[in-house]
Amino acid sequence: MTKIKSLADLKAMKQSVQEKIDTRAKGKAEGLVQVKIAMATCGIAAGAKNVMDYMMSETEKRGMDVVFTQTGCMGYCHAEPTIEVTLPGKEPIVFGYVDLKKADEIIDKYIKDGELVEGIIPVNYEKINN
Amino acid sequence: MAKFKMHLLVCGGTGCNASRSQEIAANLKSSLKDNGLENEVQVILTGCFGFCEKGPIVKVMPDNTFYTEVKPEDAIEIIMEHVVKGRKVTRLLYTDPENKQHVADSKHMGFYKKQMRIALRNCGYIDPQNIEEYIGADGYTALAKCLGEMTPEQVINEIKLSGLRGRGGGGFPTGLKWEIASKNHADQKYVVCNADEGDPGAFMDRSILEGDPHTVLEAMAINGFAIGATKGLIYIRAEYPLAINRLLVAIDQAHEYGLLGENILGSGFNFDIELRYGAGAFVCGEETALIHSMEGQRGEPTFKPPFPAQSGYNKKPTNVNNVETYANIPIIITKGANWFNKIGTEKSKGTKVFALAGQINNVGLIEVPMGITLREIIFEIGGGIKGGREFKAVQTGGPSGGCLTNKHLDTPIDYDNLIAAGSMMGSGGMVVMDETSCMVAIAKFYLEFTVEESCGKCSPCRIGNKRLHEILEKITKGNGTMEDLDTLTNLGRVIKDTALCGLGQTSPNPVLSTIENFYDEYLEHIKDKKCRAGVCKSLMQYVIDQEQCVGCTACARNCPVNAISGEKKMPHFINTELCIKCGACIEKCKFNAISIC
Repeated sequence: MTKIKSLADLKAMKQSVQEKIDTRAKGKAEGLVQVKIAMATCGIAAGAKNVMDYMMSETEKRGMDVVFTQTGCMGYCHAEPTIEVTLPGKEPIVFGYVDLKKADEIIDKYIKDGELVEGIIPVNYEKINN
Repeated sequence: MAKFKMHLLVCGGTGCNASRSQEIAANLKSSLKDNGLENEVQVILTGCFGFCEKGPIVKVMPDNTFYTEVKPEDAIEIIMEHVVKGRKVTRLLYTDPENKQHVADSKHMGFYKKQMRIALRNCGYIDPQNIEEYIGADGYTALAKCLGEMTPEQVINEIKLSGLRGRGGGGFPTGLKWEIASKNHADQKYVVCNADEGDPGAFMDRSILEGDPHTVLEAMAINGFAIGATKGLIYIRAEYPLAINRLLVAIDQAHEYGLLGENILGSGFNFDIELRYGAGAFVCGEETALIHSMEGQRGEPTFKPPFPAQSGYNKKPTNVNNVETYANIPIIITKGANWFNKIGTEKSKGTKVFALAGQINNVGLIEVPMGITLREIIFEIGGGIKGGREFKAVQTGGPSGGCLTNKHLDTPIDYDNLIAAGSMMGSGGMVVMDETSCMVAIAKFYLEFTVEESCGKCSPCRIGNKRLHEILEKITKGNGTMEDLDTLTNLGRVIKDTALCGLGQTSPNPVLSTIENFYDEYLEHIKDKKCRAGVCKSLMQYVIDQEQCVGCTACARNCPVNAISGEKKMPHFINTELCIKCGACIEKCKFNAISIC
């Protein structure tokens, strides 16, 4: 078993564990980018799961703090996979037909710089709460 | 290792445990497995979330969905709906009592909005049985900082500067206590954690030990480093089996990881912790009595000085701090005294954990910054009085505290204001009472406790409290005189001035503060022989309203002492001499014809 013999050992362990409990820590934090991925039957069938995995690992690789949650059907079954991205202090924006390439573009442009990309679905309903 | 996309946090505190949260966690896990999701979703049994009123709690991260009153049977639905399909299980969400709407996540719950969790920072967040999770949540960083970058004097100065005061009762400045212990030289010194939580209704120490045991171990090691002790002892009551179990696991893990034992983090500092079990005597929460109990002697207090810092356990310098105090230490070291001393009021820094109980909607454990008002605690966090009834009083500080009333609702809560109001912080029990509580009976209840728990060493406490209790008994029976009221006040003051230990000196507080704040109620009991709350049985009479009674005989048939008589279809009567005031007739009457007066 790993014994912690020095401060460096402690730091190394802290870092490796932090990655594991990161999902929880993000829920606690305020002001992070939120990405919701529609993962109903239609979404999963269209590959939403791969998109979520890809986006989670990519954002992490690029050192970005993003909270990923899966939600139910957003109602845009024609445009699956769909994701909703909320930048802190901004209105949520829904993107449709998100494949891995599109996901990459969204991470790179919208999440990183706030620059809009093609594929936005106009929001056609109001939500009563979040 | 694949990263878990979602974490399901299940409360594993004593309360939720009793409501089968272990089973919930097991069902969640097996259902995840059935759906092939065991590598994507993690189930963690955590410490207490504090919202015990609505337990068991299951919290989903990262979206903060807060499920309440979950049953083991609900596990499959949570997995199938929330995890697989991404739809929240609405029926298990918390419902806002005011607008009756479901609150999807804990950040929007009134219960959590005004809270600030420092001592409870990891409760309901990490797995208490896993030292790695504690390390991931910044654990043992403070100890590393002390050992690597600070001198013992610097550590003590940091704690002094933070303004932290003892959370177990009197509010003695922690840094000063450490300094005194550090200046006494001896071949061996001891660090003792007081986990003998004895106030009725208080359970913050238990929750910290159950939810975040490592924080206490880390703080004790820091304490040891600061005062030059290599040995730590935790005095915990045997009635806390879950807390004991988690502490034992935590101590083992800390050893295994080299964070307790010899040459910690290569610094040359040695520190070890052992448990000592108490049999659950209230007086053993007093530090000198606690030390005697640990030594195997009778749990009786002795006169101070000598203070434990001079001559404590085995006659060696000993520093005793309470669990909640310790829980504040690591974060003060990592974030700095200047971060901590900006929270709270001028003389009381930081936060305090309160156990909310009584006639309040949200019973549970809360942590709030010092200086918050009772109004905010009771009406915003606590969700107001049960059944929309009128607020009457709140008892703080347990058997050593007193009752605060309407006029104190807007007083900022800190050590000094509570004492000025005739109560005290104590360990943080907060019992909320409404119009159905009789203040004389409440005072009697606490005195009963003190009489039961008095160790009997000094006569003011042993005899004085007994007399106080007898007089209160007399008043609640309707035999009190005005002279009794004076005796209560005088005797109370004498006990306050002459008892040996802190517990004895504060034991008349419940009586004195209720006389001060509810004089009218005492007068009613003595002069009018009435108890407005309908609690004191001897002062009540059950009467049948002759107009309302239809003569159904339900009351007469159910009266256990045959005190009710009357012809069928004719109004009935209660023979007050036979009546034992059990209330069975009121329950059975369908016509609201029976009342108490």
